This record gives sequence, structure tokens and C-alpha cells, in this order.
Amino acid sequence: MTINEIQEEIIEEFAAFDEWMDKYSYLIEIGNDLEGFKDEWRLEQNLIEGCQSKVWVHAELQDDKIIYSADSDAIITKGIIALLIRVLSGRTPDEILNSELNFVEEIGLKDHLSPTRSNGLLAMMKQMRLYAVAFKAKLG
Amino acid sequence: MAINIEQIRADFPILQETVYGKPLVYLDNAATTHKPQQVIDAVSEVYLKYNSNIHRGVHHLSNVCTQAHEEARIKVQQFINAQHSHEVIFTRGTTESINLLASSFADTFLNAGDEILVSQLEHHSNIVPWQLLEKKKGVILKYIPINQAGELILDNIDELINDRTKLVAVAHISNALGTVNPIKTIIQQAHSKNIPVMIDGAQAVQHVKVDVQELDCDFYVFSGHKLYAPTGIGVLYGKEEWLNKLEPYHGGGEMIKTVSFEGTTFNELPFKFEAGTPDFSGSVGLGAAIDYVNNIGIDVIAQYEHELLSYATQQLSSIPNIRFFGTAAEKASVISFLIGEIHPFDIGTMLDRMGIAVRTGHHCAQPLMQYYNIPGTLRASFAIYNTKEEIDKLTEATERIAQLFG
Repeated sequence: MTINEIQEEIIEEFAAFDEWMDKYSYLIEIGNDLEGFKDEWRLEQNLIEGCQSKVWVHAELQDDKIIYSADSDAIITKGIIALLIRVLSGRTPDEILNSELNFVEEIGLKDHLSPTRSNGLLAMMKQMRLYAVAFKAKLG
Repeated sequence: MAINIEQIRADFPILQETVYGKPLVYLDNAATTHKPQQVIDAVSEVYLKYNSNIHRGVHHLSNVCTQAHEEARIKVQQFINAQHSHEVIFTRGTTESINLLASSFADTFLNAGDEILVSQLEHHSNIVPWQLLEKKKGVILKYIPINQAGELILDNIDELINDRTKLVAVAHISNALGTVNPIKTIIQQAHSKNIPVMIDGAQAVQHVKVDVQELDCDFYVFSGHKLYAPTGIGVLYGKEEWLNKLEPYHGGGEMIKTVSFEGTTFNELPFKFEAGTPDFSGSVGLGAAIDYVNNIGIDVIAQYEHELLSYATQQLSSIPNIRFFGTAAEKASVISFLIGEIHPFDIGTMLDRMGIAVRTGHHCAQPLMQYYNIPGTLRASFAIYNTKEEIDKLTEATERIAQLFG
């Protein structure tokens, strides 16, 4: 599936929720299920400190594709992280750099990416792109 | 006297707003309070009828505006029972008041090795200005510790206030916990050693009667915007004898008597500390807010808010796994809590969707959060227009959200 196909899939999934409460329950569920962030990655250099919640991001290259892992101390933030990872992890740097992420807005969570929320998510998205730029340069 | 809550709520137009289609439940009053129509009208009137730069005009409007600004100063004087109106310095808010004091006090009185005493539950604005002096002047910052309930421990106050102490600066009421500090005891202790005391009243003037002469504090600071007044206006009260001993903070117009390139003589109090065009619409708004509070009566407000706090504490206690932070015997209008290990941001985000505004996070009191070893709390803080029904909504919503996290 392409990045856009996954975005569409997520938008459809969220369209099934009539109530905002169901949407957030789902975020809590996938936030709780998000695993794979190793303790050894929980370093100052991987930390994006929002005023409200903390986010850690780690990225590595496997077969020319970027594998992202991330974590947060807040579960709703973590739920949105899980969605971002689902969309962007396992892609080549070019795919990531050419992508246009619209799903967060489409599923009505745009608020969470506003700088005023200060939950670290906006900075995390920038960081994910920066990793793509860096790995692209490395691959030559 | 009982308060007419419907009438009070009708005075605050913003309370009619909805959030995500739900009626606004505003419980973030320790951050800022809303403004009654009377304050909004007073500020509008400045611009509609007599806006003019003050203190230097020969013309009519300038005189009207100057008079309004100076009347506001007298209202502040009476509100805190200062001896003189020139002991009231207008600033942009508590933060600027403390920075002014720190800077001017340091110029005259502080040297390397001198100590400033604060407490463990201070807002950053009563920590950082002093810390800057650690770097600039080699001043040492000490603090009065707290106990688990969030009360200051005064057992070692005799050692904490010592020969090296030059100033004690403590909050009247904690913004994060609501603890009412024993400031009178602290002031007496400090004065017994001839050490001046600054009280940060940002969380107090809107909740309790403040009488600076009775307290005998040397400085008292607060903001207008937490007292139903506009943002951008605040107060530094200082005893005349102290203010006269301090150097000016900012230089500019208004604060001078004569200026030549050879030297400048400074104006007298309060103008010495008010360089540039002051926020006269803000001061007029603050005066109107003080009138508003006086009309209801600060004692009536204190009693009503105390009822709200007791009710909220009792209602929220029914939520499984609730953890209160700040259980001091004497508290005012703030309730800080967590539910189990759930991150405060998660609960706050969902309360927001239900139209309930609380503050989440460290409340600009990180040393306090470090003491409790938590990332932050949820804080509900009450004002005169809040109701028990709103507290019920907070309780029900919090409980429902907590269940989602299992």
C-alpha cells in the first residue's frame, strides 16, 4: 500500500466513529498497544519535550527503508504517534519526503498538531522528516 | 450575605460561550479570570471618550485621562490598604513586578554570597528572577521546604533566615496547590532580623482580604488579570522607605525630573518606577475590577469560594484512584489532582472536548512537581462565577474519562 492508501484507510476507519468519545477511545487503545520502543533509545537526544507531554523518536535504516519508533508519556499523544508510524514507517526517504500528510486533519485531530497544544507532536513530525532528509543524504 | 450567582454570571459575557457545542465550564481561573461587563465598559470608555497620553498634557482629555489613571492608583491603595497611593507602582503584572524588585534591589543591596529566601512551592516567576542574580551577582537562592501536604515547614526558619539573608520572597497562596502560606509568621521572623519581605499575591488578592499594613510586608505584588481586570496591568506595592532606597528599573520618559547629557535626576514616587507611557486603559480596568470585587465584598467572595473548594474536594474524592496534591489545612480556591497514573494531559484533552477548561501540566512550578515526582497535575481553580453544578460536571466527566483508561 502507498502512503496515501494508508491515509485513506485510516480516514475510513475514523469515519465509522459517530462520537468524539469513540474516536478518543480508539486512540487510547492503539496508544496502549504501541510497542517496540527500546529503553536504550530513551535518550536526551531522542526526546522532544513539549510543555505538556514528552515524545521520544528513534529512526534507523533497514534495507533503504526508514523504521520509526516512538513513545510518549501521554496515551492520546501516543495514539496519534501510532497512526503516524503506521503511515510513515517502513518507507524510503523519498516516499516520506514526497508525501503530504492530510489524515490527521481529515480525522478531526488537527488541533493536536497545533503549536499551541505543545504536546510534542508537531515537532515529532518535523523530526521524522529531518530523519528522512538525513538518511537520503546518507544513501546518496 | 448570600451571593446572587445568576446576577454575577450574567455580568461575565464570555460565560455564555460554548466549546465544541457544549456550555463553557471555566475552571482555569488561577491562570486568568474572565472580565465582567463593568470592566470591559470601563476600558472601552477610555478609548471612546478620553484616550490621551497622561501626565504631560495641557489639554482637557489628557487631564481627564490622568485623573482616571491616578484614581485607579487610589483604588488599588485602598484595596490593599497601603498607607500612601505613591506606594502603588503600576507594572505589567506580577512577573514584571518581581523582576523590577529583583533588579533594583540587587543594584543597591546585593553582593556575592548574599542569600535570597523563597519557598519550594513558588511559581517560576518568583524563582527565575532571583536565579538570574545568582549568575550576575553571585547571590545564593535558598528555599523553605514543604511537607507532603504542601505546607511550608518552618521548623528551621531560624537557620534559613540568617545573617546572609537579604530578602525573603514567598507566595501568599500557591498557584499549583492552593496552600495559604503562614506569611505573617514569616514576615515577623524576617523583621526580627531586619530583613525585608516580598509577598507574591498573584493568587491571593482575588480570594482573600489583603491588608499590607496589617501584614507589615515590605513589598506585595499581584496581577490585574487574575482579579477580573485586563491583562497587562499589575502592581508592585512597596513601603515608601524601601521604594525611596531603590534605584529605578527602566529609564525613559515620565520617570525623570531633569535630563541633560551630563546627568539625569529622577522623578519622585511612584513615577520613578514608571518609565514611558503607562497602561492607563489597563489601570482604569483594574480600578473597575476592584470596584466590582468591592461591590460583592471580598469576604463574601472568600466564603463562597471556600464552599466551592470544600464541595469540589468532597465530590472529586468519590472518583476511584484520585490523588490530591496539596492537602494543607488552609487552602484557597485551587484543587490539584491526578487519577492513578493517567497523564494529566490525557484527561485535560478529553475534559476540553466536554467543554471543561482546566489547567494541566507543571503550572510553572517545576521544583514542586519534582518534589512530588510527577509530570504535572490537573488543576481546577475557582472564581466568583463558578457553581456547584459546574463542579458536578467536572466530577462526572473526570470519572467517565478515567473509566476509558481502564
